[in-house]
Amino acid sequence: MRGPDLHWLPTQATWSQVLGSVVPGAEAWPALCALARTRIDSLETRTLDRRRQRLVPEPPPGLAAPPIRLAILASSTVDHLLPAIRTGGMRRDLWIETHTPDYGQYTQALMDPASPLHAFGPTAVLFALDTHHLLGGIEPGGTASDVERHLAQIADDLAAQWARARRAFRCQVIQQTLLPVFEPLFGSNEHRLPGSQFWAVQQLNTMLRQRADAEGVDLLALDFAAAGDGLAAWHDPALWHRAKQEVHPSAAPFYGDLVARLLAAAMGRSAKAFVLDLDNTLWGGVIGDDGLEGVKLGQGSALGEAFVAFQRYARDLSRRGIILAVCSKNDEANALEPFEKHPEMVLKQSDIACFVANWTDKAANLRDIAATLNIGLDSLVFADDNPAERAIVRRELPMVAVPELPEDPTLWPSTLAAAGYFESLRLTREDIDRSAQYQANRQRTSMMASATDLKGYLRSLEMRALWNRFDRIGHARIVQLINKTNQFNLTTRRVTDEEIAALIEDERALTLQIRLTDTFGDNGIIAIVIGLFEPGTRDIRIDTWLMSCRVLGRQMEEETLNLVVQQARALGAERLIGVYFPTPKNGMVRDHYQRLGFIPSDDNGTRWELALNDWTPLPTAIASEAVNISRTP
Amino acid sequence: MTDPELYAGLNEIFRQVLDDDTIDLQPSMTADDVEGWDSMNHIFIVVEIEKRFGIKFQAAEMEELKNVGELAALVRQKSAARA
Repeated sequence: MRGPDLHWLPTQATWSQVLGSVVPGAEAWPALCALARTRIDSLETRTLDRRRQRLVPEPPPGLAAPPIRLAILASSTVDHLLPAIRTGGMRRDLWIETHTPDYGQYTQALMDPASPLHAFGPTAVLFALDTHHLLGGIEPGGTASDVERHLAQIADDLAAQWARARRAFRCQVIQQTLLPVFEPLFGSNEHRLPGSQFWAVQQLNTMLRQRADAEGVDLLALDFAAAGDGLAAWHDPALWHRAKQEVHPSAAPFYGDLVARLLAAAMGRSAKAFVLDLDNTLWGGVIGDDGLEGVKLGQGSALGEAFVAFQRYARDLSRRGIILAVCSKNDEANALEPFEKHPEMVLKQSDIACFVANWTDKAANLRDIAATLNIGLDSLVFADDNPAERAIVRRELPMVAVPELPEDPTLWPSTLAAAGYFESLRLTREDIDRSAQYQANRQRTSMMASATDLKGYLRSLEMRALWNRFDRIGHARIVQLINKTNQFNLTTRRVTDEEIAALIEDERALTLQIRLTDTFGDNGIIAIVIGLFEPGTRDIRIDTWLMSCRVLGRQMEEETLNLVVQQARALGAERLIGVYFPTPKNGMVRDHYQRLGFIPSDDNGTRWELALNDWTPLPTAIASEAVNISRTP
Repeated sequence: MTDPELYAGLNEIFRQVLDDDTIDLQPSMTADDVEGWDSMNHIFIVVEIEKRFGIKFQAAEMEELKNVGELAALVRQKSAARA
C-alpha cells in the first residue's frame, strides 16, 4: 500500500547525507526548510523534525511570519502527526509550536482558564476529533428525525466548542471533517437507512460545512483527502484497535501539509500567481519548430485534449483570483501566435497578466514577473515540463514553488491540486475581479510609460477614492487584506475576525477602508488603516497602514493621509503617531512617514509624529468620497 | 533472505525510528533493552517493517512477540509466504 505522499516535491538522493551535514547556527533553519521541501516519507519527516528540535530549538530570527502556536484538540492519538505538522510549517518558512491536551480532555482544557492549554496561548486551534468519538452513539433502528436531531445536537455541541475556543483565544479555529471509517450496512442505497453510521458521516460532514461557514471556522477536509487516495491509505483499522491512531502514520506528511496550508493561508502566505511555460507545457510540441498546425492541442489526440484540460484548470484558477503569467524561452511573436490564432487555445492573451517570452534565463524572468506584478517571489508557482529548467529555477530561486510534473500532462491538474499551493479560506469579490484588475493595471502602466507629463497622466485617470469606516460588509475582505499584505505594510500586524468585529463596533477607533476607481475600472479595496488612541493622550497611533502595491505612484499615500487626518480630527486627536516595524519584506515603506512629512521621534526610524493643529491637506489628483464602499459600486 | 540481511533491515528501521545509530539488535533483546522502544515507537517500527518487507501483521500476532528473535522469525515467515 502506498500512502498519500508529497509527490509534487522533488526527491533528493543525498537527503540523509545533507541532513547529517547540517550544523547549528544561522544556516541551520534554511537548510532544514530546504530538506522539508523534498518528497519525504513519515520516517524522514520524524527524523527531520527531531533534528530541527536539536539544531534550532527556538524560533530563528527573520521568519516569514510570527511563530504559530497550534493547539490540537483530539479525542484519540495524534502524537504521530505532530512532527509532520511542524515540518509542513518548515516547508513554508513558518515556525509551528504544537500543544495537545490529553486526549479526551479537550473540553475541560478549553473551559479551565488554569489549564496548560490556556497557559500555552494558542494562535490557532485545530479540532481533530475522530469519527468513533463523534458518531459512536449513532445506531440503526431509530427514525430519520431522531437521527437528524441527534446529528444536529452533535453539530451544536461542536459549534459551542468553537465559540469557546474563539472567545478564549481570539484565533483561527479549524475543524477536521470526519474520516468515513464505518462500513455500509445497506449498500448503494445506504441513505435510506436511518442511523447508518456510514451515512451519518456524510450527513454530519455536510452539516459541519454549513456551520463552519456560518461561524467563520475553517475546515480541514479529511473526507476529500480520503476520497482521493482511498480510505485504506488514510485509515488502518488494525492501528485504530492497537493504538487509537485514526490517521495512518504513512499519511502523516500529507496530513501535516494540509494543516500547514490552512495556517499559512490564514497568514496570507499562499501563492498568488501561477507562471506557465509554453512549449510542451500549454501545448504539445515546440511552436517555433512545429508551427501552428504542428503543435498538439485540442481534439484529435489524447495528448492534445490533456493540454486543453490543463489550460482549463489554469484558466479556472484565474477565475478564482490566481494571477496567470507566462515565462517561456521563445521569440515573442512565435509565443503569441497560438494565443492569437489557435482555435483550441482555452487561455487567451487577456487571461495572462504578465507575458514574458525571450531568451533570458528563467530565473531572471521570474524575478521580472514578480516585480511587474508587485508580489514576492515566494508568491509564485512555476509550471515547466522540462526537469532541467525546474532544477535551475529551484537552485536559483528556492522561494519559488516548482512542482514536479509527471511525464503525462493528463496528471498535471491533479498534481497541482494535491500540492495545495493556492489554498484559500474565503472568496471575496476582489478575488473574482483580480484578473481584470491586473489587466487594467497593465494598460495603466503602458499609458504611464507613454505619458511624459505625470501630473497630466494622473489627472487623466480620473481617480476616485471611495472610503468608509470598517463595516460588516467589508469584514472578510479587510481581514484577508490585513493578513496577506507583506510589502506595503507598515507594521505587518495580523488580525482575527473577532478583532475586526470589535473595531467595527468601536466608535473611538479610527478605521478606514478605501476603494480606488479610475477610467480603467475598479481597483478594489486598496488601503486599510487602523488608528487607536494611546491611553491617556490625544495621540492616535497608526497601528495598521497597508496598501495594495498595484496603486503605487498614484498619490494614494497622500490622499490616504488626508483621510486619516480628517478622521483623527473628527475624533478629537491632536497628533498622529506613525509606527514602522521592519520585516524582511516591507523595506519599501521604510521612508513612508518621512515622505509624508512626519517627524522622527526615535533614533531608529520606527516611531514618527505629525502634529495636526495647523496641518493642511496634501494636494493630489484624487477625489475622495464617503460611501458604503463594500457594496458593489 | 539470510539472517544478516534480515537483521540489517531491522537494524536500519530501529535506528531510523529511534534516531540512534548505535542500535545492534540481538535475538534475545526485548523492549527493555532498547532505549526509546515504547508502545508509540513500536507502532512506527511495525508500520515501517510492513512497508519495507511488503507484509502485513495480524492484530494478535504483534501482541504475542516476546523478543527480537520472535519478531525476526515472524518477518521471515511472512516474507516467505508472500514470495
